[in-house]
Amino acid sequence: MAEAHPVGFQWVVEAKNRGAKVIHVDPRFSRTSALAHTHVPVRAGADIAFLGGIVNYILENEKDFREYVLAYTNASMIVSEDFQDTEDLDGLFSGFDPSTNTYDQSSWMYAGHEKHGQEHGESHVQRETAAGQQHESHGAPLPGDVPRDPTLQDPRCVYQILRRHYRRYTPEVVERLCGVPQAAFLEVCEAWTANSGRERTTALVYSVGWTQHSVGVQYIRTGAIIQLLLGNMGRPGGGVLALRGHASIQGSTDIPTLFNLLPGYLPMPHHEQHETFQQWIDAIRHPGQKGFWANAEAYAVSLLKAYFGDAATAENDWGYGWLPRLTGDHGTYRQALDMIDGKIKGYFLLGQNPAVGSAHGRAQRLGMANLDWLVVRDLYMIESATFWKNGPEVATGEITPETCRTEVFLFPAASHAEKEGTFTQTQRILQWREQAVEPPGDAHSELWFFYHLGKRIRARLAASTLPRDKGIQNLTWEYGDDEPSSEKVLQEINGYDLSTGDLLSTFNQMKPDGTTSGGCWIYTGVFADGVNQAARRKPGREQSWVAPEWGWAWPANRRTLYNRASADPDGNPWSSRKAYVWWDPAAGEWTGHDVPDFEKTKPPSYRPPEGATGVEAISGDDAFIMQGDGKGWLFAPAGLIDGPMPTHYEPAESMVRNPLYGQQANPTRKVYDRSDNPTNPSPPEQHTEVFPYVFSTSRLTEHHTAGGMSRQLAYLSELQPEMFVEVSPALAAERGLDHLGWAHIVTARAAIEARVLVTERLTPLRIEGRIVHQLWLPYHWGSEGLVTGDSANDLIGITLDPNVLIQESKVGTCDIQPGRRPVGPALLSFVEDYRRRAGLVPGHHTPIVTTHSAEDADGEQ
Amino acid sequence: MGSNSLYGPLDPAPDAGYVDAPPRMGFFTDTSVCIGCKACEVACKEWNAIPDDGFNLLGQSYDNTGGLSANTWRHVAFIEQPVVPSLTDALAAAGTQFLGMPLSDLPGRVTEAPRTDFRWLMMSNVCKHCTHAGCLDVCPTGSLFRTEFGTVVVQEDICNGCGYCIAACPYGVIDRREDDGRAWKCTLCYDRIGDGLTPACAQACPTQSIQFGELDELRTRAAERVDALHEAGVESARLYGHSEDDGVGGDGAFFLLLDEPEVYGLPPDPIVTTRDLPDMWKRAGIAALAMAASVAVSFLGRRG
Repeated sequence: MAEAHPVGFQWVVEAKNRGAKVIHVDPRFSRTSALAHTHVPVRAGADIAFLGGIVNYILENEKDFREYVLAYTNASMIVSEDFQDTEDLDGLFSGFDPSTNTYDQSSWMYAGHEKHGQEHGESHVQRETAAGQQHESHGAPLPGDVPRDPTLQDPRCVYQILRRHYRRYTPEVVERLCGVPQAAFLEVCEAWTANSGRERTTALVYSVGWTQHSVGVQYIRTGAIIQLLLGNMGRPGGGVLALRGHASIQGSTDIPTLFNLLPGYLPMPHHEQHETFQQWIDAIRHPGQKGFWANAEAYAVSLLKAYFGDAATAENDWGYGWLPRLTGDHGTYRQALDMIDGKIKGYFLLGQNPAVGSAHGRAQRLGMANLDWLVVRDLYMIESATFWKNGPEVATGEITPETCRTEVFLFPAASHAEKEGTFTQTQRILQWREQAVEPPGDAHSELWFFYHLGKRIRARLAASTLPRDKGIQNLTWEYGDDEPSSEKVLQEINGYDLSTGDLLSTFNQMKPDGTTSGGCWIYTGVFADGVNQAARRKPGREQSWVAPEWGWAWPANRRTLYNRASADPDGNPWSSRKAYVWWDPAAGEWTGHDVPDFEKTKPPSYRPPEGATGVEAISGDDAFIMQGDGKGWLFAPAGLIDGPMPTHYEPAESMVRNPLYGQQANPTRKVYDRSDNPTNPSPPEQHTEVFPYVFSTSRLTEHHTAGGMSRQLAYLSELQPEMFVEVSPALAAERGLDHLGWAHIVTARAAIEARVLVTERLTPLRIEGRIVHQLWLPYHWGSEGLVTGDSANDLIGITLDPNVLIQESKVGTCDIQPGRRPVGPALLSFVEDYRRRAGLVPGHHTPIVTTHSAEDADGEQ
Repeated sequence: MGSNSLYGPLDPAPDAGYVDAPPRMGFFTDTSVCIGCKACEVACKEWNAIPDDGFNLLGQSYDNTGGLSANTWRHVAFIEQPVVPSLTDALAAAGTQFLGMPLSDLPGRVTEAPRTDFRWLMMSNVCKHCTHAGCLDVCPTGSLFRTEFGTVVVQEDICNGCGYCIAACPYGVIDRREDDGRAWKCTLCYDRIGDGLTPACAQACPTQSIQFGELDELRTRAAERVDALHEAGVESARLYGHSEDDGVGGDGAFFLLLDEPEVYGLPPDPIVTTRDLPDMWKRAGIAALAMAASVAVSFLGRRG
């Protein structure tokens, strides 16, 4: 955190000065560790084992906040008799289909509701479209009435299933698997549990490298399970908070730059699943389900009214037919491979530098070199605009500048100080920025670029009679003259009452009859009362400690989601120290320091009538109102591709055989099994000794991601002027590496070179009785800028988390050797030789299912 | 010039002739909360328009600017301190017998007492703005001067590049820029503090490791911080440059350190190089008198 978020880290320092204990769990000793009381080195890629160990510690020592767990989680709910755990199936859950490597999830459902589970085949489509991301604002569909055992004794209740699942994640196993001594592990367990409960809460804060694993979503899930068990959700000082990798990454999922979502987490229509408007709406609101999502039609119609204005009518389903459709996986990595295969002809890159910043840099560059045209908008001439003339593939002869077919257009972009608009940060707070200076030369904002691009395309298509152009022709496209107004855009996002022309104040005003518009329903209210609420700058000392008048948070300016959980089931604060939102019986309403995340006048004692649906079905103690059952999920009966409970799988590349199950790695991980995307061998495969070390990559404080904004600046470049690799003294001795000398690092994809820093900040770990060396690389360098160097991301292959299609880029296996790497075509044959020695020859396929029974079957063949 | 003008406790601005001088301003750099982000280095260079220091990987942990220089007026040092087993354990592990040979390594890497935790110390260094500033004392052109805030500033348009100040600084702070030959160093943002602004480095520091303010108040705050750290079990916390009784009459920019000054590359007992100037002049005077006397005597003798 100190390394990548130094400004935010000031609050950790302040907490430490006030007496907080700071523990840092990380493979390497970083700037964060330097300020922590304790640094716990851990093996990269073993986090579920570590956190699962904490779950086990909580359950076996009954350290859970029992009243909270009973009232607000699904601990007491009874799961289907058909459910089988990884403990029973050697690392697989019930329902696994080896032909698609996905699950039929019906057996994970609550008892008596198996038919509500995700059906066979559906899971496969959901993986292709990263459908799990819709759940950022609401849970997966679920029935409301579920059998429960409030004594938590039923062997099929979630609590007991969870206990059995994590029983083997003992401190001894954590030590063997993660390399963390038991005493250090128990110190973490004790600190976390002691600081949770009625009087205290603990926040789990992570940087988004945590998500970049083939089990990334399940890492976060394990953290969420701990926070639910300890009663740290929906309460002040609690939560699971992601430190985003750039400004407004939260904003770019709310109003997405993703292929599979529309604003406000509405799913992008799929050509088969959502053929009609009604199918699409029903897929969102799930008729019969309880919760606020039942109003989805109003949000969807308002979005279409914002897009298409008067052209959107009830008769034409509000223009639903004009929206594009998904046909499968169009994720960023699929696209890179499709470019290589010639399926994509043109591409826009906006403030993104995949030639350096994305996994498998070679595939990214070869893909871009096979386009007809590429538009790059950036502050500087970045590698993704010059790969065709000085990328690494030019040296190897794979790209010839004279014949490279891609026509690259570089458009200078305005920086954040040169334009106005909002940033949305991790707490969902929108903060308006003023423009400080005019952009230089021809540089313009993204808004200007797209506004004028849209105007020109619309002019070209004005006379078209093709049905496919109707959507473009009918777009509302009026944001000002030459320089479009950012405020106008934010107002359109906020939404209008179309009958009066007034701005809406809350999404509850949205209607499904076409009389309201709104570009992103969860942002409705940012222009409440006609005022730009995101621009509020009232200092903290002039308002309450929750600071509701600084910027504006979605939804409804609520600062902590699910804050009904900050009061006990009867509506009273859990403790006066942690009072936040509570029921005022005299006034007959919820009140407190924040905007209550509950219907204002629904008493804690409210119980829904038989057969109720939608908002009416939410009980007075259903704190997690956007979940189908109103409860926080310790066990996810639906919605996750890879299992209802996080399970330790080894990374896609590991030299360790999974000590817990026959199943080595996440069986549902998204793989692109093709010769230009090889995966280093892992047990039970042979030849793991060819790539005997673990590597991880991350950022330095001195540089920003792919370096486009830092390697161009002398004051930052001088602070970290060269690509380097950090190794422990033991590894340096083992491989003959000299401090400040050169080394090259090799995987099945690439070999890169770096200067060596030998440092005790890296420690070899003892895993399963053997020494595991980890090395660490920053990923900031490329071929442009004041300081240049090889890119660490070239080492990484494309293997993705199945839920959200994020790449596994924080752990892999490699070799390291002293000296510089070969250059020119010799580099290709050098890497080829490694592949040959590792058995990655034509016809090789990485095995996905590796349970012992599968292995036996292989042996018999 | 007062009796303490060259050595001993003193308030430098009034001593330099300022009437109704504002309170003496300074820096308190608390290294116990430094996260090594180097925002101070960058902010300093941005505000003062200093050239970069070259793109050289130095291998001194994460320090690649190397030290204070004409082109680096704030400098963050990084010191990696490995776990140190007790001497007996180390010898037992090595299977050797102690021969009484002193260990040779960088200061702070080895200690007499064993250290159970790896430590990574970070410290943002800066010009000390000494009460008795050797650089200022020896400057022949008046380019270096004492400001009304008690700080020491170079006027680059007067500097003739003689370099006397460089030899005179007990900390090795002030330095000549290679291309123009003139001396440069931290001005404590003289062009900001006069307008009520905080110096650029302190403004940019995210953790309040660099604190700017009235020196008296900073000294009080620093003493409280040391007490708090001692109470929290950080016994190695100590102040550096805060005492009026040290060899430079106390620093306008002082530090809270977590190890011996040498570990951070600071002199353990700095003394203003002009301390002995009166004494030297006295001796030179006596010598001159003696010389004159002997010359006179020799003439007298001849005559006799």
